[in-house]
Amino acid sequence: MSSFGLNLFKGKIATDQVFPFPEVLTPDQKQTLQELVDPVSKFFEEQNDAMKNDSIEKVEDETMEGLKAMGAFGLQVPTDLGGLGLRNTQYARLVEIVGAHDLGVGITLGAHQSIGFKGILLFGNPEQKAKYLPKLATGETVAAFCLTEPQSGSDASSIRCRAVLSPDGKHYILNGSKIWISNGGLAEIFTVFAQTSVKSEKTGETKDKVTAFIVERSFGGVTSGPPEKKMGIKASNTAEVYFEDVKIPVENVLAGEGGGFKVAMNILNNGRFGMAAALSGTMKYCIQKAVEHAASRTQFGHKIHSFGVIQEKIARMTILQYVTESMAYMISANMDQGSTEFQIEAAISKVFASEAAWFCADEAIQILGGMGYMKDCGLERVMRDLRIFRIFEGTNDILRLFVSLTGIQYAGASLKELQKAMKNPTANLGLIFGIGSKMAMRKVGLSTGESLAPYVAPELTDSASKASQAIEDFGATVESLLLKYNKKIVDEQFLLSRLADSAIDIYAMVSVLSRASRSLSEKHASAQHEATIANTWCTEAAIRIKSNLNDISNPTSGKTYRNLAQISKDVVANGGLFQRHPLGF
Amino acid sequence: MASLRVLVGCKRVIDYAVKIRVKPDKSGVVTEGVKHSMNPFDEIAVEEAIRMKEKKLASEVIAFSCGPTASQETLRTAMAMGADRSIHVEVDANQAEIIQPIHIAKLLSKIAQEEKADIVMVGKQAIDDDCNQTAQMTAALLDWPQATFASKLEPAEGGLKVTREIDGGLETIQVKTPTVISSDLRLNEPRYATLPNIMKAKKKPLAKKKPEDYGVEIKAHQEIKKVEDPPTREAGQKLETVEELVTKLKDGGFI
Repeated sequence: MSSFGLNLFKGKIATDQVFPFPEVLTPDQKQTLQELVDPVSKFFEEQNDAMKNDSIEKVEDETMEGLKAMGAFGLQVPTDLGGLGLRNTQYARLVEIVGAHDLGVGITLGAHQSIGFKGILLFGNPEQKAKYLPKLATGETVAAFCLTEPQSGSDASSIRCRAVLSPDGKHYILNGSKIWISNGGLAEIFTVFAQTSVKSEKTGETKDKVTAFIVERSFGGVTSGPPEKKMGIKASNTAEVYFEDVKIPVENVLAGEGGGFKVAMNILNNGRFGMAAALSGTMKYCIQKAVEHAASRTQFGHKIHSFGVIQEKIARMTILQYVTESMAYMISANMDQGSTEFQIEAAISKVFASEAAWFCADEAIQILGGMGYMKDCGLERVMRDLRIFRIFEGTNDILRLFVSLTGIQYAGASLKELQKAMKNPTANLGLIFGIGSKMAMRKVGLSTGESLAPYVAPELTDSASKASQAIEDFGATVESLLLKYNKKIVDEQFLLSRLADSAIDIYAMVSVLSRASRSLSEKHASAQHEATIANTWCTEAAIRIKSNLNDISNPTSGKTYRNLAQISKDVVANGGLFQRHPLGF
Repeated sequence: MASLRVLVGCKRVIDYAVKIRVKPDKSGVVTEGVKHSMNPFDEIAVEEAIRMKEKKLASEVIAFSCGPTASQETLRTAMAMGADRSIHVEVDANQAEIIQPIHIAKLLSKIAQEEKADIVMVGKQAIDDDCNQTAQMTAALLDWPQATFASKLEPAEGGLKVTREIDGGLETIQVKTPTVISSDLRLNEPRYATLPNIMKAKKKPLAKKKPEDYGVEIKAHQEIKKVEDPPTREAGQKLETVEELVTKLKDGGFI
C-alpha cells in the first residue's frame, strides 16, 4: 500500500490508505475491545485520582498496582508472552480513555510500552522477547527509553553515551548519562542508545554508529537521579539515568550493532499514533467540560451557548477533535493493515493532535472563565500536562521539517545517493540534494488531473474538489522548490515549515472527508453533523493552504523571512531586546 | 465444605450512571443505545461466590442470566471476575420486556437442581425494577432455607452463618445448605474485571439455553399501562427572615 502522505509530495493522489475509511477489526476483535472499554473507563472514573497524582507528583501506589493487575502495562505484548496482544487500533481506543482522564498516567504507561520496551517488541529476537516481555507485560518490571542526553536533543545522532566491546567479546561496557528519561527512576529495563565503533565489512574502516541495547538495572552501574520537578505530567516519573561501566552481555544488542538509529526512529514512528489517540480523548474531556458550562451558565439573560463567540469556540474545538480522532484511527488502521510507510502521517498526527489539544484546553478554560482558571475545575492541570506534547518525542518544529524533507526526498527518489542519505533525513540534511538533483527533478510527477470526488459522498463533492486542487498545487510547489533551491532547500526552514503546514492541512482534509463519507453512506444519525464538520474544515483549510503555498513561492514573502531572520539575529546579538524603550530608559 | 457449588444470578440492567429517559409513547424507558452493565447487587453476589471459591469453601461458581443476546456480555463479565462457566437462557426482545421474578425463580430453581447447586446467590434486588422477589421465590420453589439481605457470610456447621441487614440493625442466622442467599450492599466491594481475565473469560464455557429447555413459559402476568417521568420539583426560594417564612406558609395555606 502506498502512503498518501508520501505521494502527496509528487502531487499524486494515492487513495488506498485513505479511501474508504479503513476498518481492520474483525467482529470478534471489535467485541473484545468493547468488553475492555468499560472496565478501563470504570477504573479511571472510580479508582484513579488525577488531581491527587498531580499533587503528590507520582501515580498513587494503589492505582499503580491496579493498573498492573488490570493488564494496562502489556496492551500490545503477544498473549503467549503474557500480554493482551492488542492491535494498534484496539490500543488506540484504550489510550483514548487514559488520555481523557490522566495524561500523567498516560505518560507512565506510554513511556513503558509505547517507547520503553517497544524496541524489544519490534526488533527483539525470540530469546530477548521471551526473556523480557512476560515481566514487562504484567508491570513486574517497568521499562524506559533512553535516547536524550544533555548535549543531544533533537539531533539524536549526536549522542555521546558509548559502549565498548570487552576484549573477550562477551560484553559491552557502557558509559554515559541520559536526561529527562520518563520512568527513569522506576524502570528496571532500559532501551539505551549509545555510540559503538563499527567496522565496515567492505572497507575495513571503523566508524561510530549508534547501537541499541537492552540494559537491566541489575547489571550494576545503573543509577538514576531524583524525580525532576516539571510543569505538568507530574504524576509521571522523569529522571536522569547514569551508566557507569555497565556490563551488557552481547546478546542484549537490539537489531544488530550499528542498527540503533533505525531502532530509535522506528520506535518513535510506531508510537506517534498513540499520542494522537490519547489526545483525542483529552480533547473530548475538555469539550465535555466546556459544553456543560456553556449549557448551564446564564449571563445577560441567556445561556452563554447561545452567543456567537461561544458557539465558534465549541464548534472549532469539535472540528479539531474530529480531525484528530480521524487521523489517529486512520493511521492505526493503516499500521494494522501492515503498511510500513506511515512516517509522514504519524508525524502529522503528532503535530496536529498536540496543537489541537492545546487549543481545546485553552478555549475550554476561556469558556469557563474564572472557574476554568481555578485548580478544582481540573482544566489547568490538563493544560500543564498538554504542554509537553508539543515538545517531546520529536518537537513539532523538527517534525514539520521531517514531514517536508521526507516527502521531498520521496519526490526526488530516483537517485541512489539521495536515497542513501535520506535513510536518515534529519541527520543528513546537507547531503540530500548534493548530487544530480536536476535528474531527480525530472522524476517528479507533474499534475495528474486526478480527483478525489469519486471517493466521497455527494454532500462532500465540493470539499473533495478543494482537496484535489490543494494536492495538485502542493505537488507543483514542491517541484518548483526543488528547481529553485536545489540542495539548498534543506536550509530553507521558513519554507519547509510552511510546506509541512500545508501537508498537515491536506492530510486532515482527506481524513475527515473519508470518515464523514463513511458516516453518510452508512446513514449514521450523526452523518449530517459530520458532513458539516468536514465541509467547514475543508473550506477553511483550502484557504490556509492557498495562503501558505503562496507564501512559499511569492518573492515578497521571501523578503519577510529575511526580515524575520534579521530581527532574530539582532536580538540574539544583543542578548535580548534591542529596541529603544518608548521612554528611552 | 469445599464441594459447594454456587449458582449466581446476574441481571443485565441499564448502567447505574445512565440518566434514564422515558420513551415518547410512555410504554417504557429507552434502552436502545444505552449503556448496560451487571446489576450492582448481582455483582456483589458474584464477588462473594468467587471469594468463597478462593477460600476453598466453594468448588465451582456458575453464572446465570436470562435475557436477550446481549446478556452474554454480563455473563462474560461474571466470568472475567472469576466465575467458572455460565448459562444463558435467551429470550427475544419482546419476551425480555415481560420477564418477572417468578420466571427467573422458576429457571433458577430448575437449574439449581440440574446443576446440583448448594447455594443459589442473587442480588437482593435489581436496580431497574427494584422487585426484591427472586431470592424469596426461588427458595420457596426449591423448598430451601433462605437468607436474604446478607451483609456477611461465614461457614458454619452444615451450612452458613449469615449476618442480615434488617430494619433497626443486624440479625445473625444460621442456614443449612442447600440454601438461597440474596446479597445486600455491604456484603463486599466487587473487584474490577481485569483485561487479561476478560480475555481468558472468552474461553470459558457459556451454555446457551431457552426457557423451554427448563419447561418455563415466559408469559405476562401484568400489563404496563404507562411509564412516566417523576414530576419535576419546583424551584425553591431563599427567605431572609422567619416572618417572611410564616407569611409565605400562611399564603400557601399550610398553617
